[in-house]
Amino acid sequence: MNQWKNFTKGFIKENPVFILLLGLCPTLGVTTSAINGLGMGLATTFVLLMSNTVISLIKNVIPNKVRIPSFIVIIASFVTIVDLVMAAYVPALHAQLGLFIPLIVVNCIVLGRAEAFASKNTVLSSMIDGLGMGLGFAFALTILGAVRELLGSYAIFGYKLINTDGMLVFVLAPGAFIGLAYLVAIVRRINK
Amino acid sequence: MEYILIIIGAIFVNNIVLAQFLGICPFMGVSSKVKTAVGMGGAVLFVMTLAVIVTWIIMHYVLIPFEIQYMQTIAYILVIASLVQMVEIILKKMSPALYQALGVFLPLITTNCAILGVAILVIQKEFNLLESVIFSIGNAAGFALALIIFAGIREHMDKLNIPEGMKGIPASLVVAGILALAFMGFAGMV
Amino acid sequence: MAKKDSTFLNMTLTLLIVTAISAVALGFVYNSTKGPIEDAKAQKLKNAINIVVPGADKGEVEEFKVPSPDGGEELTFYKVTHNGELKGYAVNTYSNNGFSGHISVMVGFDENGVIIDNNVLEHAETPGLGDKTSKDVSDWNSQFIGKNPAEFKLNVKKDGGDVDAITAATISSRAYCDALDRAYRGFVAFKESSDSKLVEVSDDNTLIEDNNTEVDSTSNENIGGTK
Repeated sequence: MNQWKNFTKGFIKENPVFILLLGLCPTLGVTTSAINGLGMGLATTFVLLMSNTVISLIKNVIPNKVRIPSFIVIIASFVTIVDLVMAAYVPALHAQLGLFIPLIVVNCIVLGRAEAFASKNTVLSSMIDGLGMGLGFAFALTILGAVRELLGSYAIFGYKLINTDGMLVFVLAPGAFIGLAYLVAIVRRINK
Repeated sequence: MEYILIIIGAIFVNNIVLAQFLGICPFMGVSSKVKTAVGMGGAVLFVMTLAVIVTWIIMHYVLIPFEIQYMQTIAYILVIASLVQMVEIILKKMSPALYQALGVFLPLITTNCAILGVAILVIQKEFNLLESVIFSIGNAAGFALALIIFAGIREHMDKLNIPEGMKGIPASLVVAGILALAFMGFAGMV
Repeated sequence: MAKKDSTFLNMTLTLLIVTAISAVALGFVYNSTKGPIEDAKAQKLKNAINIVVPGADKGEVEEFKVPSPDGGEELTFYKVTHNGELKGYAVNTYSNNGFSGHISVMVGFDENGVIIDNNVLEHAETPGLGDKTSKDVSDWNSQFIGKNPAEFKLNVKKDGGDVDAITAATISSRAYCDALDRAYRGFVAFKESSDSKLVEVSDDNTLIEDNNTEVDSTSNENIGGTK
């Protein structure tokens, strides 16, 4: 398979958020600002890359019936590593993302890629797939975060553009749903 | 009184789906018919309560005494996954009728972040066992409520004339957004 | 692909090995991040205290618990001294009446109960509204600086107090006032009980001697008066 295509498919064509609609909980939950979206996206990318790599490495020694439990243990280990490392070195971001970091473990994208891709492909393809999908996820979260931050507080990555309160609804829960709705519609249009 | 506040808070004020964004996948996936929404709600209520009891006990009698709280994520997800399997097997044997109603939803529940989320939340909030159980029942009820309302609206959406690009998921997301807006009216109630 | 057979032995062994490896790996990561995590927490607490009692970073901080005036969760006091001179008390207080439940507030008092400074530590209030209680977002809470709650009624104006509520976030403002009020009542009760000179507080080995705290009241009022 063309590795470049394998890498880029996660951004638009098979974007996990906009097209596959996987991992919506963190997508909606943490994207109150662009930086939170990016942080969450990168944390997920790390887990996805590592779990894809490890799973494709050991896919042949895992008996079929305990496949899923083994995958879950591997994924949960990497999630815990991310959780601990973030608490140690970026405590502020860790506090912001809170509950959603341990919840990476139930993010459908991670187990989905492990099951659908890494357990069937070579190590290199799986790594590239994990990285591409992860960055695609990070890309989607950053875009949604940026849109909500821009409309909700007239700021981008923490820099205030207009010094007044924004349209608050976009920072609040309803804005997450509505913002995502329009982004999905736009990406679908581009893909056509 | 305190318990009533926990329940009302979990159902309305901090609705697990519409305010905390947990369990969005089943919310979007299985909510096109009211009937399936009711089934899913029931399954979540059942598994969530069980999972919270078991994980609470594991946290307080295994992880904390051995000082390995960092194993929380692994332990919890394994407990939930095996619990779901067990429930499925037991239901099949004991109550085929209930299995008929809930069975198809059970595998989906393992990756439902609402279950793991609530199990972690009760530890963060330092609830005791009774409070944890009440909190999880409240959250499951909140999940079911959101799901059923949403399904009810979606059943009617088929008849509407929606612009091409917004059909399907985008329109559903807008509806969810409006629902979330409605639920914000409950904020500050507790 | 030559998959292993799903025999019972194979399955058990695989799961066991996978779990063992991940447990060892996690143990290793946990031990190497334990230090930095604690440092980060200590640093965060230190910064929080330093905001409400300036000079805390150079001086000594002594931690003790004081029972809450209304019987709830205990309040944590941090007595800040520098070269034996009292800088003030930082009080970690809370309210459960926030818009989204629990909020945690740090407030600094000088020995007369005048608020040196205050800030919110943890909250889940609405971004753009209730989060204006935080210094990172707005300077709303600077209205409390230099006020003595004995004269300054810690209540929003709508409820007959002296506090300007945040526009459209009265509940958050009320909760913040509630937290400050709880801290002040705790502080007064603590002062009264420590007037018997030597008081044993809930931290069993910490003895607070109140007598020498009266010495330098002027310098403390200056801190309260600035800004």
